[in-house]
Amino acid sequence: MTDVTQSVPGLYDGVASSIAVVVLLLEFLMLRAAMLRAQVRLYAVQSFAVSLLAVAVAYGRDVPELYVLAALSFLLKAVAVPAVLLRLMRNADAEIAGSGVLGVASEVLVSIVVAGVGFFLVGQLGIESDVLPSAALSLSVAVVLVAFVLMIMRRDVVSQAVGFFSLENGVSLASLVVAAGMPLILEVAFLFDLLVAVVVFGVLMRLHHARTQSLSTEMLTRLRG
Amino acid sequence: MTTALVLLVIVPLAATVACVWLPLRAAQAATLASGLVSLGLVLTLLWAPGQSVEAGWLMVDPLSLVFLLAVGFLYPAVAAYSIGYLADEANAAAAAGPQAQADFERYARRFSLGLNAFAWAMLCAPAVNGLALLWVAIEVTTVISALLVAIDATDGATEAAWKYVLIASSGLGIGLLATVFMYYAGAQVLGQSYDLAFAPLLQHAAQLPATPVRLAFVLAVLGFGTKVGLFPVHTWLPDAHSEAPSPVSALLSGALLVVSFYAILRYLQVAQLTLGAQFPHDVLLIFGVASLALAALYLLDQRDLKRLLAYSSVEHMGILAIGVGFGAPMAAAGVLLHVLGHAAAKGNAFMGAGVLVRRFGTKDLHRLRGGLDALRWTGPLLLLAVLALSGMPPFALFRSEFQIVVGGFTTSAWAAAALVGLVVIAFAGLAGSITSVLFRPRVAADDQDEVAAMSRAGSGWMLAPVIAGVVVLIVLGVHPPAVLSDLLARGAAELTGGQ
Repeated sequence: MTDVTQSVPGLYDGVASSIAVVVLLLEFLMLRAAMLRAQVRLYAVQSFAVSLLAVAVAYGRDVPELYVLAALSFLLKAVAVPAVLLRLMRNADAEIAGSGVLGVASEVLVSIVVAGVGFFLVGQLGIESDVLPSAALSLSVAVVLVAFVLMIMRRDVVSQAVGFFSLENGVSLASLVVAAGMPLILEVAFLFDLLVAVVVFGVLMRLHHARTQSLSTEMLTRLRG
Repeated sequence: MTTALVLLVIVPLAATVACVWLPLRAAQAATLASGLVSLGLVLTLLWAPGQSVEAGWLMVDPLSLVFLLAVGFLYPAVAAYSIGYLADEANAAAAAGPQAQADFERYARRFSLGLNAFAWAMLCAPAVNGLALLWVAIEVTTVISALLVAIDATDGATEAAWKYVLIASSGLGIGLLATVFMYYAGAQVLGQSYDLAFAPLLQHAAQLPATPVRLAFVLAVLGFGTKVGLFPVHTWLPDAHSEAPSPVSALLSGALLVVSFYAILRYLQVAQLTLGAQFPHDVLLIFGVASLALAALYLLDQRDLKRLLAYSSVEHMGILAIGVGFGAPMAAAGVLLHVLGHAAAKGNAFMGAGVLVRRFGTKDLHRLRGGLDALRWTGPLLLLAVLALSGMPPFALFRSEFQIVVGGFTTSAWAAAALVGLVVIAFAGLAGSITSVLFRPRVAADDQDEVAAMSRAGSGWMLAPVIAGVVVLIVLGVHPPAVLSDLLARGAAELTGGQ
């Protein structure tokens, strides 16, 4: 750290960290979005931000494979998945997410604590990457943790599904930091898996809606013990 | 031998595709044939030199072969059982008119399709070479099995399937994070463009940076542990296993859980070379004892027959985790035998319970009575399956638990003592409930317990796989064939870092 030039982030690092921060902020916005449609749109924007970061890495660190990955992940996560979810909701009448377990303010407070803990703990690990600043890794873990809060606190199938998909965005962010060089074919396999998962989530949401005439999960309490 | 390995991932896939357009009976026959061929292929691999085969993206070694055997046995067993299981509904549908008939046809077709696809994904998982592909295969098993859990479309099935797909997928999200960190650790030594294949990773495991490997291992235990059903991330398991159709429950419990456990073992292999054995073993011991303790308590007071068997699965997964955590070669060999024994015993238990639930029309343990009188064949067979699950001799699980405990006392006496104590509690819960179901006479006045007049059609199909399971349990318990003993010893050596 004696070298001054090392501690001053350059343009690339600045842009990359900013995008990672935006991804986390979008996760918080999802948490407080009351309208289900707004939540899905926020997810689309978040996926777009992750794809943008992939383009930034591809350009800044000269990893041409990542252009392909960015294009695929944009098409799948920013276009196809939101389209499927919105289409599903067109058939269901529910517009407003049922209230969460806690009020919005408390949810956000819990998330800030959880995200902070994740952020600083990962920072402590000292995992360095030569592709992206390591703050991005801490941010990605914070995204994953807030996604868990979202899934736990919300009581409707759309929010829970969006929570899972945004969790995957957090993992994608982490993989850009520490696994940018992973062979493209594996990344594509991961994305394909996500596609299958989306279809199955869609089928089950539809089934759930057909059985209960709502998107709420509040009556899913028969099975316990 | 490479042909056998490649065929193993092609045949079930072909059967899946065939089920789309074949007429129903032919589809069922194709399912059974594909199951038997898969079992034959897995058995062929036992005689491969060194019991290891590699072919491109596929790789089988003694460790993965154990898990292939578990899946390969249950696939044809469940395929045969399903023929009988569906025959009942076919008769009911035929009586109810053409609309019901068409509905049933669609249901049965989806069922066969899902069964083959599910088996295919479970055969792929231990057969692929590399942590990344392993994750992909396990995620595929999750989404296919979630659809199979929901296939009955009852309120309970819908709820269980939603909880299952959400919790298991989130868990696998953590598993993906583990994969990414393991890639990062490997990339420090092996360079950027390697594909997480097992052999190079193990070869250089000693030079990997410790922190990312430690992180990856803990995340893998938590993430894949969600699908194994380890405490505290087991919550979806009793729901999914009890609400799924019984043939699917048998596959979920006997095969899918251990396939996910296999993923943890692969991370363990790397972690114990990088970090030394102490840390990974302690992690597994803690998760294992906690799971076993929770399951033992829930087994004591359970009202639902299939939930009872589901908690018994949590118990056995706990035993597996503890056995591996002991780190003794004898315990490791016991764990691998336990995988096979549990597949046969739990498959039998769910298939027997399926018949019982059909006949009595309820899963409530307080209303199921006099099973031994009502079911001349299934009753005693279910009893044998439960005795096997409780670790009674001469069945395989007695031998394996004995090996695990003996191995455990040499390395970690407190955990071995806890294991013995908790297994006894679990035995009391499981055996107590099931014996009252089978032996306590029915109260004649209680008209709710009217035994449904079930058609005899297809009952042979439902009995044959259970009898095969009992034979396997006894053979493995009394005197495992030499080729299998070799396999278990080699697999155990892989697990404990010997060889």
